[in-house]
Parts: sequence; C-alpha cells; structure tokens
Amino acid sequence: MFAARHWREIPRRYRMEAGKCTTCGKVFFPSRLICDACKNKEFETVTLPDEGEILTYTVIRTPPSGFEDEAPYAVGIVKLGDVQLLTQIVDCEFDKLAVGGKVRVEFRRIQESGKSGILCYGYKCVPA
Amino acid sequence: MRDVAVIGVGINKWGELWDKSLRDVFVEPALKAIDDAGVDHIDAMYVGCMSSGLFVAQEHLSSLLTDYLGMGPIPCCRVESACASGGLAFRQAYIDVASGANDIVLAGGVEKMTDVDGGGATYALATAADQEYEAFNGVTFPGLYALMATAHMHKYGTTREQLAHVAVKNHANGVLNPEAQFPMEVTVEQVLNSVLVADPLRLLDCSPITDGAAAVILCPLDMAKKIAKNGAAKIVASGHSTDTIAFHSRKDLTEIASTQRAAEKAYKMAGVGPNDIDFAEVHDCFTIAEICVTEALGFFEKGHGGKAAEAGETARDGKMPINPSGGLKSKGHPVGATGIAQIHEVVQQLRGNAGKRQLKNPKRGLAQNMGGSGGSSLVHILEAI
Ligand SMILES: [Zn+2]
Repeated sequence: MFAARHWREIPRRYRMEAGKCTTCGKVFFPSRLICDACKNKEFETVTLPDEGEILTYTVIRTPPSGFEDEAPYAVGIVKLGDVQLLTQIVDCEFDKLAVGGKVRVEFRRIQESGKSGILCYGYKCVPA
Repeated sequence: MRDVAVIGVGINKWGELWDKSLRDVFVEPALKAIDDAGVDHIDAMYVGCMSSGLFVAQEHLSSLLTDYLGMGPIPCCRVESACASGGLAFRQAYIDVASGANDIVLAGGVEKMTDVDGGGATYALATAADQEYEAFNGVTFPGLYALMATAHMHKYGTTREQLAHVAVKNHANGVLNPEAQFPMEVTVEQVLNSVLVADPLRLLDCSPITDGAAAVILCPLDMAKKIAKNGAAKIVASGHSTDTIAFHSRKDLTEIASTQRAAEKAYKMAGVGPNDIDFAEVHDCFTIAEICVTEALGFFEKGHGGKAAEAGETARDGKMPINPSGGLKSKGHPVGATGIAQIHEVVQQLRGNAGKRQLKNPKRGLAQNMGGSGGSSLVHILEAI
C-alpha cells in the first residue's frame, strides 16, 4: 500500500532523521538495524545538517513517470555532514551547477503518487 | 570441485520482437544451445531474468520455461540480480556442475521488455535502484550513470568525446554481429548531436530496450572432451561481489568497486592478471560504464579508461579488445539475457566460431556483468581448450 510506504519514511523525508551508531559513530541515512562498520545494533537519532556541498550532478531530460511536468530538472549527490544522499537541486541555473557548489536543504513537494493521489513531500536542495 | 566447460551456446536475433512471447523468445536460443552442445537431455536449468513480473506480468519462470522447452520435470531456478541476472545464472550453473550435483546444465537469460511502453520500461528498470532514496527523488538509470560520468570527468578530466568513442567502437563491432539489434555504424558527431537524456549522457551513450534471450550448456570438463560436438571452452574462474544498493552511498563515485572485487577474486582463482586476458565482454549499459569497468578490471589505470577508448586500445585490433560482439550498446540489452550473451560471445571467440568478428586466435576471455549502478557484479574467465 503506497500510503503506508510513504508514511513510514516521513521521519527521514520530513525531518532528515539519521541513525548514528552508538559504538563507532558512523551515521546512516536512512537508519538501519545493524552497523556495517562495527556490527553494533544500537543507534541514536540525529538530524542531518541542512547545508552541504555537491559531489556530482546531472540534469534529467527524460524523466520517469510521475515527473513529466518537472523535466528538465537537476539531480545531485550531496554531502551533508558525514552522509551522502541523492536529491533534486532546484531553483538553480543548470549552467551554474558545479562539483563543490554549496547547497541548502529545503522541504518541498517531491511527487504525487499516481492512482492514490497522495502528495509526497521530502527534501530538495537549493543553491546556498 | 570439478573442472567445468561450456559445450554449447545459442542466441537469437535481438530487437523489438513484437510477434514473440517471453516463452518463445527464451526457447529458441535454448534449443540452439542444446543442439550446438549435441546433448539429448539436460539435468537442470538456471535462468536469469530481472523483471518478467513488471514487463509481462509473469512470474514462476522455473515452471513456464522448462514446460515450454519440453524439459519438464527437470529442476529449474530463476535467478535475479537486476542486469546481472544472466551472469549470476551462469555462476549458479557453474557451481551446480562443479559441485557434482548435476552433469549437464543449461544457463540461460531472458527479458521481454517491449510489451510495456517506454515509461513502463523505465519504471521496471528503476526498481534495480533504491526505490525509496533514489527513484523516489526522480532519478533514472541514465541519471545515475550521468552522475558517475560528471564525477569521472571532474576527477580525471575524462572528456565528452572520449565517452562518444566507446559508442562508436561498439557500434563498429556490432556491424559484424548478425544477432545485434542496432548493427550500424555511428560517428562521434552523431553521438555528440544525439538528444540529451541526462547531462552529459545523450541517447547514443545509452544501451537500448531489447527483447532477447541467450543460453549456454555446461558440463564437467572431462565429459566435454568426449562429447562436445562443436568444441568447448573451460571455465577457469568465477568472481562475484556486491555493493551498496544506492549509488550515492559509495565512497568513490568514479569507480565500480563490486566489479573490482569480483575481478580480484576471478584473477586469483584463475592464477592470472589483467595482462593475461586477450579480450573481454563488459557491461557497457552506458558509455561511462565501459570506461569505469575497464578501469575496475585493471586493463587501464584509474582515470585512463576514456583515453584508452579514444586511442583505439579497446577496438578489435587494439591491445585489449573490449566488446567484440558490439556490447550492450549495439547488440542490445535485454537485461536478464545480457550476462549469458557475454558468455556466448566469449565461447564463440575461444572456439573460433565468431564469424566475421572473430579475433585472432584468442586463448583467454573475460566476461563482466553488473546489476544496477554496480550493486552487484560477476566476472568470469574462460580459456580455449
Ligand atoms: Zn558502528
């Protein structure tokens, strides 16, 4: 069921909650049940920093279904603190995108789920 | 573990096979492989298929495919590892025969991708990525490899033209392959002027959507020497490794670490190194992928894959021929079948049966197949006998 599938991700998508291994300190986004580095099974909830930098980027010209109205749009891998994540980069000029560029996380609408019509919100980045 | 050989191979003409169902697409090359091997029965089957459920709403291929191949009630196992499903089916068949559990085993791969429209195919393929943290945010597979390309260009100075040379070379090879989906030459200019899909990747940097299948027959090496009708090739190594599902979780966004690890295992098992390989079939789902993979396999230094492609080192007459079959780019990429088609090409080259695209007397060939953005990789090495 799509509603449940989106709803259970809300702590990550709305609040940028990550899991920090209580033994070795490795941060996971999303959190998980076991740390791959030290095999510890306990995590504390931490919030990712809301500023970071672009590690790589592209502009999607041929979008997947559900994103037709938005193309072309930029997508990047962004480093926020110790975590790398994939996000759209919006409110930007494509030719100003650069590896190392600074970005800030914002709360935005991501997609509308096809038949159920649920509005899915989450994180996107904008130039900082 | 017993030594194992491949004694039969089969493939059909790949493309948009509107008039053929998944079952017929599979059975055709499977019958060819059985005939090529000269065997009258098989003991078991492993078939790679990424997503028959999403592409044609059909699961339970173990039953369907043995049934329509006329081989029921033999055991069959459908294998899934995204675009590496075929390579993994081959590994499972190899382990099965090597272990002594079965003697004559068919390893196949199939994908029927054109019963859905382009959006449906993009959706099905995107399930090989992290659904909740990659696909959810609107990235596609060309998009993920475009991220790899941007990073590689930034770190090593790989150029847009170097990417184009991979496509030009693979299409030139595909012209010589009668089974290829797009056996036509393309020029660097055509690649650079084709429509942008995900910057910097353009349409002619991408492998196509394809219906197709391939099959090979394995048996113990001792048996192969007695019964092989059209020659055999010995499997000297099988390496397998995984990596994070999400591309963004990788430490180095310019390398395919699962392929590097699978290759290290395979080289160790075969007692050889990259310089001992005469040619390779690799997973060029996008032009940047071939560049990163040839680096991961140790054929070229990190960052030098693009330069090598541009200099012609990977051409059929170069020092390390890559994808003499035309690769995924020209031959087509029915995802579950690709890993088996690579073994098909390696065996045909080693047996001297590759027709117009035959390389000069190769002794040792390598096949590299990967899933998703490199979340799983298989490397096999075969030798002429
Ligand atoms: Zn830990």
